[in-house]
Amino acid sequence: MTPYAIHPARITGRRPEAEGIYTFTMRFLDPEMRRSYRFRAGQFNMLYAFGVGEAPISIVSDPAEPEILEHTVRIAGRITGLMAGWKDGDIVGVRGPYGNGWPVEEARGRDVVIVTGGLGCAPVVALINFIFRRRTEYGELHILHGVKTPNDLLYRERFDAWRRAPRTKVYLTTDRPDKSWHDKTGVVTELFDELTTPPSAIVMMCGPEVMMRFAAHSLLQRGIGADDIYLSMERRMECAVGLCGHCQYREHFVCKDGPVFSYSSVKELFGQSGR
Amino acid sequence: MNNSLLMPKAAIEDLIGLLWREGFKVLGPVACEGGVAFGEVHSVSDMPVGKREAQGPGRYRLGAGVAGEIFGVVNGAGSLKPFFFAPEETLVELRREPGGLQVNEVKPDAPRLAFLGVRACDLAAIAVQDRVFLHDRFRDTHYETRRKDALLIAVNCTHSAPTCFCVSMKTGPEALAGFDLSLTEMEESFVVRSGSPAGAAIAAKLRLNPAGDAEALAASERINECAANMQRHMDTSDFPGLLYEEAENPRWDEVAARCLSCTNCTMVCPTCFCHTVVDMQEIDGNMSRRVRQWDSCFSLEHARIHGFNFRPKIRDRYRQWLTHKLASWIDQFGTSGCVGCGRCISWCPVGIDLTEEVAAIRAQRGQVEA
Repeated sequence: MTPYAIHPARITGRRPEAEGIYTFTMRFLDPEMRRSYRFRAGQFNMLYAFGVGEAPISIVSDPAEPEILEHTVRIAGRITGLMAGWKDGDIVGVRGPYGNGWPVEEARGRDVVIVTGGLGCAPVVALINFIFRRRTEYGELHILHGVKTPNDLLYRERFDAWRRAPRTKVYLTTDRPDKSWHDKTGVVTELFDELTTPPSAIVMMCGPEVMMRFAAHSLLQRGIGADDIYLSMERRMECAVGLCGHCQYREHFVCKDGPVFSYSSVKELFGQSGR
Repeated sequence: MNNSLLMPKAAIEDLIGLLWREGFKVLGPVACEGGVAFGEVHSVSDMPVGKREAQGPGRYRLGAGVAGEIFGVVNGAGSLKPFFFAPEETLVELRREPGGLQVNEVKPDAPRLAFLGVRACDLAAIAVQDRVFLHDRFRDTHYETRRKDALLIAVNCTHSAPTCFCVSMKTGPEALAGFDLSLTEMEESFVVRSGSPAGAAIAAKLRLNPAGDAEALAASERINECAANMQRHMDTSDFPGLLYEEAENPRWDEVAARCLSCTNCTMVCPTCFCHTVVDMQEIDGNMSRRVRQWDSCFSLEHARIHGFNFRPKIRDRYRQWLTHKLASWIDQFGTSGCVGCGRCISWCPVGIDLTEEVAAIRAQRGQVEA
């Protein structure tokens, strides 16, 4: 079977999250696929819009319930433009899961700091769900998230629920607050001043590269090790199986070696232009 | 005692005929459009007998060679790559149905191919592509189907083109692995060696006599002479580090000013594997084919995502290509991505020569562009 084979799935839910951002729920049509499909937190699927093409979209739902797949899609181009029209009952294509996912084993027993920006909050939802299902196995959970404007904040209910969870702290910030905003103002790295985590904490980041670069520098200064900072990289992933060549990040294939990398493994490349 | 056989030159017709009778489609060097590429060969006269080519940076001319020499042309733009990794092929067909989506894998219609006259560098290139498409985490079944039954008859090089640098890349001029039969062309005959049971079976059917030690030695000497006379070299001793460390070397800007980003080098390269998959829809809108096409890291779209292009400048893309080919390929697949065939030098419209670029980068080691 070619690794390019696509599996049909039915859209069972469509939820607008913010301007031009939707979360779709879907289930494989094939009962055997529903039964055998498993994914890890931080992995992604290639979602196929009929007649147009595929886009790599992280899986937002809970790894403990792999028969239900949730994907948050930002309508950005030709392919996701077609996805904007997906509605209940539509048949779409899925192949996956791909990528390595978050280092949940390395994080066991430690405080976990999650730093995200913009739509980067989507790939960590599965991670947070994973930790909540094994709450005693992990230390304190710190969720730091930055958005440009309050309108860009997704998952309000989720953030509220996490805020109420035991041994969990949520820190939100925006560049441009309005009257509705009751959290911090500024970039996400400014939230680090409020962090009270030991140097043994593990950090997982997802967001714009420039944000992750500043965040990594700041965390290193605070005594977190380069091996304990993980980031989710974004490159053009077309095949997701390491064959098409597009997502190369020098020696790394972001689709199969990543998308999650330790800071120490990419720090030489990080911030070099043209990579 | 050597294991070589001796095949009179005229018997190459017998070999071609036998391969067709054995059910192979026989492909060999064929002159076309002013160059040479692998094409159907039914008789020795289909091949550019008595011809050699003049190659140099940005230059390729087919011309008169040595009378009676069958494999005088070292190489042309076409390698074996298009036969295993098709330039365009349908991978999957999807049909929209009420309440469903029918997905069918489209299996390639792949005849058994026998290649006659495969150079050592191109054999090495096949090994590189096998590593990428067959021996990585995900196996490319379309490549596998086209590749698996191919018979490879190598020709050891007894002369090289000025663009060749296989000695530097340790891939030639002698075919050492990955072939079924190898031929070394002499004045009146070929010295033949088998490299696999399939090759030995073909040789047995040709009822060839053993080659004498003198003939085997003469063949080796011709190959050694070819190696000794190779004009182009590339020092690989500091790979991959050189390319990694010299990411900001001023030479990248200098070569980018000449590079047209035309993608020719990646198209003629026997190892480049980048591809894209596009949808081709039927007019009724209910059927779509997922069609794979060769792509190139020199195309502007290659590293583009929504709203951002990671490699917008030619400098970025040339650096990506050369760094991948000579350095990161080693980390990814345990082998260089370059086999020293020299095609990218000849077929570059502005004659950019990677061996020269590497030497220039090394000469300016440690310098950073302003």
